[in-house]
Amino acid sequence: MAQIEEVGYEQYKHLVSERALTGETMLLNMGPQHPSTHGVLRLLLELDGETIVNAIPDIGYLHTGVEKNMEAKTFLKAEVMTDRLDYMNTTGNNLAYCMAVEKLVDLDVPERAQVIRVIVTELQRIASHLVFMGAFGLDLAAMSMFLYCFREREHVLDILEMCSGQRMMTTYFRPGGVWRDVPVEFESAVRSFIQMFPKRVDEYEALLTKNPILLDRLVGIGILDGKTALSHGVTGPTLRASGINWDLRKARPYIGYEQYDFNVPVRTEGDTFARYIVHIEEFRESLKIVEQGLEKLKKLSGQPVLSDNRKFVPPPRAEIGVSMEALIHHFKFWTEGFPAPKNSIYNAVESPRGELGVYLEGDGGPKPHRVHMRTPSFDNLSVINKITQGHLVADLVAILASIDIVLGDIDR
Amino acid sequence: MDKKLEKIVQALQEQFGSSVEEFRNEAHVFVKAEQIVDALTLLRDKFEFELLSALTASDYYPQETPRFHVIYQLSSLAQNITLQLRVPVNSDQLKVPTATRVYDTANWREREVFDMFGVVFEGHPDARRILNPEGMDGHPLRKDFPLGYEEPQFTFNYDDIDLKKIYAKE
Repeated sequence: MAQIEEVGYEQYKHLVSERALTGETMLLNMGPQHPSTHGVLRLLLELDGETIVNAIPDIGYLHTGVEKNMEAKTFLKAEVMTDRLDYMNTTGNNLAYCMAVEKLVDLDVPERAQVIRVIVTELQRIASHLVFMGAFGLDLAAMSMFLYCFREREHVLDILEMCSGQRMMTTYFRPGGVWRDVPVEFESAVRSFIQMFPKRVDEYEALLTKNPILLDRLVGIGILDGKTALSHGVTGPTLRASGINWDLRKARPYIGYEQYDFNVPVRTEGDTFARYIVHIEEFRESLKIVEQGLEKLKKLSGQPVLSDNRKFVPPPRAEIGVSMEALIHHFKFWTEGFPAPKNSIYNAVESPRGELGVYLEGDGGPKPHRVHMRTPSFDNLSVINKITQGHLVADLVAILASIDIVLGDIDR
Repeated sequence: MDKKLEKIVQALQEQFGSSVEEFRNEAHVFVKAEQIVDALTLLRDKFEFELLSALTASDYYPQETPRFHVIYQLSSLAQNITLQLRVPVNSDQLKVPTATRVYDTANWREREVFDMFGVVFEGHPDARRILNPEGMDGHPLRKDFPLGYEEPQFTFNYDDIDLKKIYAKE
């Protein structure tokens, strides 16, 4: 009791073990400012020597009220908020939100836009996994991984900039399609990336996968079994490393994923190493999808990339000068926005971290009545106390890196 | 509606007398607050809904009865279907039994709903705020919680707003 009162942690009394109350174990803060917490996460550690008895996450340091803000904006304007959630997967968030809006108002998307969406989302997945890989290496004292991964990530960000004008906060996808067609040099840029990247993945593997020091730190650490994972709502690569084959791209194909040939990497061990391997293998699968997407894109060249339903999509600039209706639609669209039915939908996509769901509710007006982002990192982090118990503090760093959390995604 | 889903919805209707709404091929089943734990247990054990995808709420202020809907979005991996349960809650009786014993996800998600809407989950093992700071007043996602703008003062409401200003309390 003594220690808890001394530090003023009354509110954590029911979460720590009885030994902390007598002062036998030590309470230690890790974070909020700590390089291996990947943002601003505070972990209250209860330690017995160097062994973790309890790791209690304290989140909310990056809470920006995105959901509340979105309620005050029209459907289109609210989209820019989604970029800021999971800042490693910006186009993926746009995709989840745009698909939710399209489902709510029942809007079709042209095929070329779907293909562009697939290519860009998979490139973004690669970029996100590259950050994972870099930070993972950094946390395990393999500093060079970080430099190599960020070098490759820059290629992907260049491609995103080419499409949308922005490296990170793209807002490239819009309800009804994508903002504009990809530029001419898009294909050659993606092709050169596809050509270069497999060799780089082999290099990462040569650096890490068989490295005995790394294996010692990863194998058998932080084991998460499938049942616990599901009960805690863990999804994505973390779930697939625990032996459960669940990928929304395969299970409930969207934006045409059923037409692509790819595998879902699954491992059964559920430890930190399995999670690392799943990420490595997903690099190769994503590349396969991008390659097939480029072939499809070629066949669909010249086709529209935005729906022509003028109630939900602004008319092209050229039309405004010659068509009265187009001018009216343009004016109504940008001032008032478009109305959505008074009902709710839930739409989920597979983000690099797991099931990214959007609960979207309209109230008959041009603004959403309620938006809820079901962000994967939130649930993935909630399992941390279960899987770190009994490990050393240094292992906690490895486990935290392996579940690939993004704090913007957790705190919203 | 999906055939597999239809059977499940029928079972829920028979056991709990719940009403169903359908929209864009999604089923929304309305359940009473006191039945929610039984409904979730039934869905998890008998119909293989292993994953509680999302748990959130929606505020219908100024409507008071029911002011809130607590929303449970369930996924079944084995059957590849989703189902939404909605629990209407009145503003004078803001209580729902906790689902933490059925799904572990509910622990943090219910804390979030409590934090944002002020819905109390009875029997929750760790009923603290989660995203907002501990000593905060109010629940931000309620419709009567201001977005943070300053309210413009006009002649007719000048005094009312003036009283709420910090200097008025000093």
